[in-house]
Amino acid sequence: MKDIIKLENIRRNFIVGEEVVHALRGISFTIGEGEFVTIMGSSGSGKSTLLNILGCLDTPTSGEYFLDGVAVRSMGKNSRATLRNRKIGFVFQNYNLLPKTTAIENVELPLMYNPAYSAAARREKAVAALIAVGLGERLNHKSNQMSGGQMQRVAIARALVNDPAVILADEATGNLDTRTSFEILVLFQRLHAEGRTIIFVTHNPEIAQYSSRNITLRDGHVTSDTKNENILNAAETLAKLPANDDN
Amino acid sequence: MNITNLFKIAVRALANNKLRGFLTMLGIIIGVASVITMLAIGQGSKKSIQAEISEMGSNMIMIQPGGDMRGGVRQSAEDMETLKLKDYEDIRNETRYVSLVSASVNSSGQVIYGANNAPTTVYGISPDYMDIRRYKVEDGDMFTEQDVATAAKVCLIGKTVVDNLFPGGENPVGKVIRFQKLPFKVVGVLESKGYNTMGMDQDDLILAPYTTVQKRVLAITHLQGITCSALKEEYTEQAIDEITEILRRNHKLKADEEDDFTVRSQQELSTMLTNTTDMLTVLLAAVAGISLLVGGIGIMNIMYVSVTERTREIGLRMSIGAKGIDILAQFLIESILISVTGGLIGVLFGVGAAVLVNYVAHFPIYIQPWSVILSFAVCTVTGVFFGWYPAKKAADLDPIEAIRYE
Repeated sequence: MKDIIKLENIRRNFIVGEEVVHALRGISFTIGEGEFVTIMGSSGSGKSTLLNILGCLDTPTSGEYFLDGVAVRSMGKNSRATLRNRKIGFVFQNYNLLPKTTAIENVELPLMYNPAYSAAARREKAVAALIAVGLGERLNHKSNQMSGGQMQRVAIARALVNDPAVILADEATGNLDTRTSFEILVLFQRLHAEGRTIIFVTHNPEIAQYSSRNITLRDGHVTSDTKNENILNAAETLAKLPANDDN
Repeated sequence: MNITNLFKIAVRALANNKLRGFLTMLGIIIGVASVITMLAIGQGSKKSIQAEISEMGSNMIMIQPGGDMRGGVRQSAEDMETLKLKDYEDIRNETRYVSLVSASVNSSGQVIYGANNAPTTVYGISPDYMDIRRYKVEDGDMFTEQDVATAAKVCLIGKTVVDNLFPGGENPVGKVIRFQKLPFKVVGVLESKGYNTMGMDQDDLILAPYTTVQKRVLAITHLQGITCSALKEEYTEQAIDEITEILRRNHKLKADEEDDFTVRSQQELSTMLTNTTDMLTVLLAAVAGISLLVGGIGIMNIMYVSVTERTREIGLRMSIGAKGIDILAQFLIESILISVTGGLIGVLFGVGAAVLVNYVAHFPIYIQPWSVILSFAVCTVTGVFFGWYPAKKAADLDPIEAIRYE
């Protein structure tokens, strides 16, 4: 199995006033292609810092991070931006769609920053991604005309459109009601089944049951890293939920 | 990221905020429009003054007696008798930079024909005067050097005199009119020149040989003035120097004595008048420029608000791969789009307003191409200048903080 993410003794210190805050105190793990990993931890455990580093938004103070074989720590801001554009798909808790903008335009956005794509190729990829998340009917709906679940699907389509090495989801179901959360989880499980590598950062232990591997953080250390032998099927859970009619 | 995509992104962002974009543009529109209109009015009045002056003869030089002290009393120029016929002849014969010379004497009085009479001025001149002052004969002929030599009682009359004396539409040529009891045969009628910049009627005059006016009307031997024309406008200075030299020699003035005559060129008058209008233009343009500046500050203000309001969008763009330069370019293009579009509309409005001023208020206008190009360039620069700081602020945002900005 190919390694997508390889962390070697990652440390991240912040200097707040006179004090040095150790957010990450030596984290090492490897995530292979096709894994669906949940990273859990209470607030202050360092999971946001880890997510920023995994997403190439931040660089570690020491240690080495390889993303799809590329050493990230020594990269400059601009090369990290390009790396994010090519290898990472972000899904945020609050969707972060552009307001008053159609689903297609939102999904096209990462490709706008990749000169390799022509306008036609961009559109084609965006439509394919939207169909993949089940929004083939709503290509030209604007972001303010959609429900939370639909907006998150658009955001997931946006994360898929550049065929990333890894999808990083940050509390991707945090703003959604239970039913919609499970619908999104179904989507993530399907993407996992298609062979995508997914890292899902959450503080909700329930979600861990649907992923293939759980990593728990506490005070900047990895406290547990276990394979999930009994992956629950989100679609089945969804079917058992009492139906509600607001969707 | 290529520029076409950045352009599309900026256009989309502006399209999302049409009213705000338009209101921001309004500052630039007003600024550019007022610069163009003000410059058009300023340049228009300058042009019309210049045209009038060149109509009068832009290389004209006027010599008048004056500047003399007698027993400590400065005499009025008209009373001076320092300019003599010899001065006129010497200027005519000895100068290299003076092409045309005319003696000048004049007398005001009542002119009579039949039952009609009118007050006017008779100017005693040489035939050269016609070319110096750019007078043209519309009907009949100019009197000749022969008429000057014999002090013939002939004259040309201006349109106003024609209207006053011949209200019935009679042809004045060949008729005999009387000026202070002296009969003058009208040999020609002058083409109308209208009023000059100072509001003087340039058609209310009679032209006669200077010898006739000197001897028969005024009974004097001196000249009241000499009018000449420099070879070319740019030789005016040399011509004045030559004239001054001849007159000082003829008048036997010692080196420490001041001139007993004055030499003035039309150029001085022209410079004075255009200086005034130039200053007016600069003033108008400055006021207009300030409104352009205010428009620019408006852009900066809105761009600032826009950057703050769109912090999350900036964070998102950065996390999906936008570099700092992409964000900078996006916001810069937005502000340039606002200012350039505003500038274009402003140019149209400015030209329209200038034409309207010309049409309604009959102000002379002249829209100089450079004023359009300049104000357009200025507003583009305004867009870059005032857009830069907010754009830089956007580009320097930390994506980690920006994406979670509430």
